[in-house]
Amino acid sequence: MDETERVHAVASAVMDPELPVVTIGELGIVREATISDGRAIVTITPTYSGCPAMDVIRADIVSALRREGFGDVEIRTVYAPAWTTDWVSDSGRRKLAAGGIAPPGAAAVGRRPVLPLLPPPAPVCPRCESVAVAEISRFGPTACTSLWRCLDCAEPFEHMKAH
Amino acid sequence: MTTVEAVLRLGDDALIASQRLAEWTSRAHDLEEDIALSNIALDLLGQARALLTYAGEREGSGRDEDDLAYLRDEREFVNCQLVELPRGDFAVTIARMLFLSAALRLRYEALADGADETLAGIGAKAVKEIAYHLDHAAMWTVRLGDGTDESHERAQSAVDELWPYTFELFEDDEVDRDAWLSIVDPVLAAATLTRPSDEDARFRPTGGRQGVHTEHLGYLLAEMQHLHRSHPGAKW
Repeated sequence: MDETERVHAVASAVMDPELPVVTIGELGIVREATISDGRAIVTITPTYSGCPAMDVIRADIVSALRREGFGDVEIRTVYAPAWTTDWVSDSGRRKLAAGGIAPPGAAAVGRRPVLPLLPPPAPVCPRCESVAVAEISRFGPTACTSLWRCLDCAEPFEHMKAH
Repeated sequence: MTTVEAVLRLGDDALIASQRLAEWTSRAHDLEEDIALSNIALDLLGQARALLTYAGEREGSGRDEDDLAYLRDEREFVNCQLVELPRGDFAVTIARMLFLSAALRLRYEALADGADETLAGIGAKAVKEIAYHLDHAAMWTVRLGDGTDESHERAQSAVDELWPYTFELFEDDEVDRDAWLSIVDPVLAAATLTRPSDEDARFRPTGGRQGVHTEHLGYLLAEMQHLHRSHPGAKW
């Protein structure tokens, strides 16, 4: 593994602070890693514009790279192309489900009309795999999740919204 | 209008709307709604940060997002007056979110399709977030308007009260009022609410884009800015 690949691997292995079952690599947040004049440069993209975890993620990448001997680290943020849950890897989806968070379905393509008011696509219960689920709140404890409950096992759970 | 002016307008709209919406945190009628309004406020704040950062870069005076948010006086803010009005009851908040989200969606779509790469990136991301806000506002508008007598009356009075302020959204702006009406009208109709006719809206407040604001903005800014001004550069 060359140094650039190592920077990418170390940055990608940082755990997401709000969904601590997956890495930011698995979430598709790490866009690029390079080394320029001895400086490790990691480019990340925010999940949501106001995601409060981004500052923590930046700090965590810097400390992870410092531990691996990269003293000079720069974190760049890019908005385009916009992050989509379609970038969440298969292993990320499995870990989310195992951690009790229903993984996202395919992100919608194109711009949806406001009316008719349609219910969002329902996830499968991450605990008992029942499809009988009901939405509690479209906005969850973090910007990227919504709240649901399973009508079979009666457990409430989070769902990463297709975005 | 220069790019910096246009970006500042949009950034200030998002920032002030976010601050107003955040007043609901711990005050909404149930936990889920509290979380929803706080989440929406956070999205708007994130959009404002990206836009103000870019406005600062473009104007080339070295001002960053914090300088623009915390160190400008009331007369230097170019947000529309709609976003600075007091939060009112829940119906007022929902009506404002419907009107504002519909306008923001059109503006962000224009940015996303535009030639400026940075703004296109900010716009493409924001469009996805605004879709949730608009969905949330439309759902509540229908629920309140087509609800009980009390909720219908309050929703109608919120629409009537805020309608005059919506004209400023289209002042010297790329956003087309007809496109906006094509989003807002069907939602009001589904909610059994009456859209105030243009002829009846004799009162069309204006001035926000020139830095002339209602008395409410000064109080909002005092609360938002006082910590940073009293303790410049404070960190915790």
